[in-house]
Amino acid sequence: MSLTAKERMAIKRNKMDEQPPDLRNRNFEEVPYGYTPEEAVAEAQRCLNCKKKTCVSGCPVEVPIPEFITLIAEKEFAEAARVIKTKNVLPAVCGRVCPQESQCEGECIRGKKDITQAVAIGNLERFVADYERENNLVELPKIRKKNGFKVAVIGSGPSGLTVAGDLIKLGYEVTIYEAFHRGGGVLVYGIPEFRLPKKIVQAEIKGLEDLGVKIFYNSVIGRLHKIDELFNDLGFDAVYIGVGAGLPIFLDIPGMNLNGVFSANEYLTRSNLMKSYLFPKYRTPMIIGKKVAVLGGGNVAMDSARTAIRLGAEKSTIVYRRSMEQMPARAAEVHHAKEEKIEFNLLSNPVEIYGNDDGWATAMKCQNYELGEPDESGRQRPVAIENSFFEFDCDQVLVSIGGQANPLITKTTPDMKTNKWGYIVTDDWGRTSKQFVYAGGDIVTGAATVISAMGAGRRAAKAIHEDLTKEGNETTGDDGK
Amino acid sequence: MYEIVEKSEIFNVHKIVIKAPAIASAVKAGQFVIIMASEYSERIPVTVSDWDVEAGNITLYILEVGISTLELARMKVGDSLFAVTGPLGVPSEIKDYGTVVLGGGCYGIGGIYPIAKACKEAGNKVISIIEARYKDMFYHEKELMEVSDKLLYATSDGSKGKKGKVEDVVCEMLEQGEKIDQAFFMGCTQMLERCSEATRPNGIPTKVALNSIMLDGTGMCGACRVSVGGEIKFACVDGPEFDGHEVNWNELHNRKAAYAEQEAEIYQSYSHECMAEKKLKQELERG
Repeated sequence: MSLTAKERMAIKRNKMDEQPPDLRNRNFEEVPYGYTPEEAVAEAQRCLNCKKKTCVSGCPVEVPIPEFITLIAEKEFAEAARVIKTKNVLPAVCGRVCPQESQCEGECIRGKKDITQAVAIGNLERFVADYERENNLVELPKIRKKNGFKVAVIGSGPSGLTVAGDLIKLGYEVTIYEAFHRGGGVLVYGIPEFRLPKKIVQAEIKGLEDLGVKIFYNSVIGRLHKIDELFNDLGFDAVYIGVGAGLPIFLDIPGMNLNGVFSANEYLTRSNLMKSYLFPKYRTPMIIGKKVAVLGGGNVAMDSARTAIRLGAEKSTIVYRRSMEQMPARAAEVHHAKEEKIEFNLLSNPVEIYGNDDGWATAMKCQNYELGEPDESGRQRPVAIENSFFEFDCDQVLVSIGGQANPLITKTTPDMKTNKWGYIVTDDWGRTSKQFVYAGGDIVTGAATVISAMGAGRRAAKAIHEDLTKEGNETTGDDGK
Repeated sequence: MYEIVEKSEIFNVHKIVIKAPAIASAVKAGQFVIIMASEYSERIPVTVSDWDVEAGNITLYILEVGISTLELARMKVGDSLFAVTGPLGVPSEIKDYGTVVLGGGCYGIGGIYPIAKACKEAGNKVISIIEARYKDMFYHEKELMEVSDKLLYATSDGSKGKKGKVEDVVCEMLEQGEKIDQAFFMGCTQMLERCSEATRPNGIPTKVALNSIMLDGTGMCGACRVSVGGEIKFACVDGPEFDGHEVNWNELHNRKAAYAEQEAEIYQSYSHECMAEKKLKQELERG
């Protein structure tokens, strides 16, 4: 039964049920429970199936959004998931972590007046991906006959998984080298369980292994093998570098190396990858702060502040130079953080961290800021207010102000071009200056989103396929045996 | 993967030889690996003390000091480690310095061996100095002797070599007018600091292998950061070797002790647990 546009317009956005804040702030389980099939159908009926598909152009990988939503309205859930997967190999992940409000949902006609009334595209994407996985409806895609080419993928984060998935289907022999003992990159070490359950990532990785992708863990390329060795000694025909962002930045202020001061990367890696929230069953210890200050306003800062509360902090405060509106974090994360009583010291910036005689952080001195003229990006620039300072107690400081390029591969591959910040220079298709070496994700762009890294992976896979299958290129592999 | 092919113990220092062919082919003097006994373990950095490319093995010396090293110590030949990642860190700079002094204590007795070997091959006069509390606590001596022009000892009780520590031997050498062109030290942080102070007055170029707390070992987390010459450096990717005269030692001592409380807690609970198990087994065996 088809609805009229007016009837569709009358349906209000379906909220996803979630754990109440005073329950979830003591556990690491996922916050939203996900849609029921009935809720998903009701939400899907809100889509007007516009002629001009602005939502699709808002998506970095151009998922055919109205098509999959129409299938949900027809209760063809598994089919809907397959439609998404023609463009996005990790829908269960992206449904949870994409900044939809600035991508697909931001372009949705239903959200033009009020963004909170856009069709819940992310929730629907998540629903069908979960439905397909939980009901064992995932179909192994068809794989082309092996073409004899061998490709090495460095890093098993979102872009590496995408490249591996695309190339294995095209008949390549694909080997992933992962530095950690588990795969998934930032999806595993960075994003907490309460936002992205690790079993989802594991299922995706197992899916790739079922297709024949080989994964070598504990393998730090640049140290274990150099890029040239991958070609010359190990017989690869192409190499994709998707090693992610790199070294955390610390502020140049007194007290940065006091005990209790962590990079958000370290804090989250301890908790997420090493599972120190399950200490002592898992042996990696964690310092439990009572009063935690988190520096920064991105998703990583929100994840850190919310992890701190779950680990037992009495108080967890975001310290951010700009205002709430300018925070780069996903709207849903800021909303959840506020519900979980995370405090916000906005328009303030630390100038010193105080410590006790034993070298532990005890308090922070901040300077007040105000918003000045817009900068090149159009955001109003934060300007320090002279002689305006305040102090507050904190025994733990989590620094989440971004990173710089990891030099492990670039330093050992001098014939590959990098820019002045050390990120790898590529063309639009991920081709680096070194022949048959490709790169994508944060090591090219600096810190960005999961979906943009996946988009880069998809483009690079196309380029690799195009370049290797060009006439005259012979395999150096063993014919895929 | 990562099977233990040989294992022995000398007074709480455990020699573990692990099958890791790719690492054995890639590792150079001064580098380390990060290992995990099981999927529940911490990731701990350990210097690679020796390797055999043909056999595909690497040799580690591990001092049992806490839960993670205890778990490793209890593993047997034939068991496999959950993870061995490496080689990590910048290799030692090896060239013809002239006379090189290498000082090692604890795990560093084994740890200085590949640097000594490489320095010897590069044409240096190599003087190795090793310290322990008591004469029977030395290990890897035969190998060290083969690559050193001189092997000197220091013991706390005077049972072998000089009564004292590595830095006492260094000071004695300097007093006797011995020329030292480059010094390397590996061992506990206290030893590294004391040795650096010993070479400072004479301005002897001194490299120390820092052993700060690490997590990923690829520069991603910054747990291992140290202040060297007033700048933040990451021991895992910028080090582990740094100029011993430029290291902020107080900060490093503090940072190394950050988890002392948790480490003590888990170590005690684990030992207790296993003692009970052991007793129970004995009882059962007796019937």
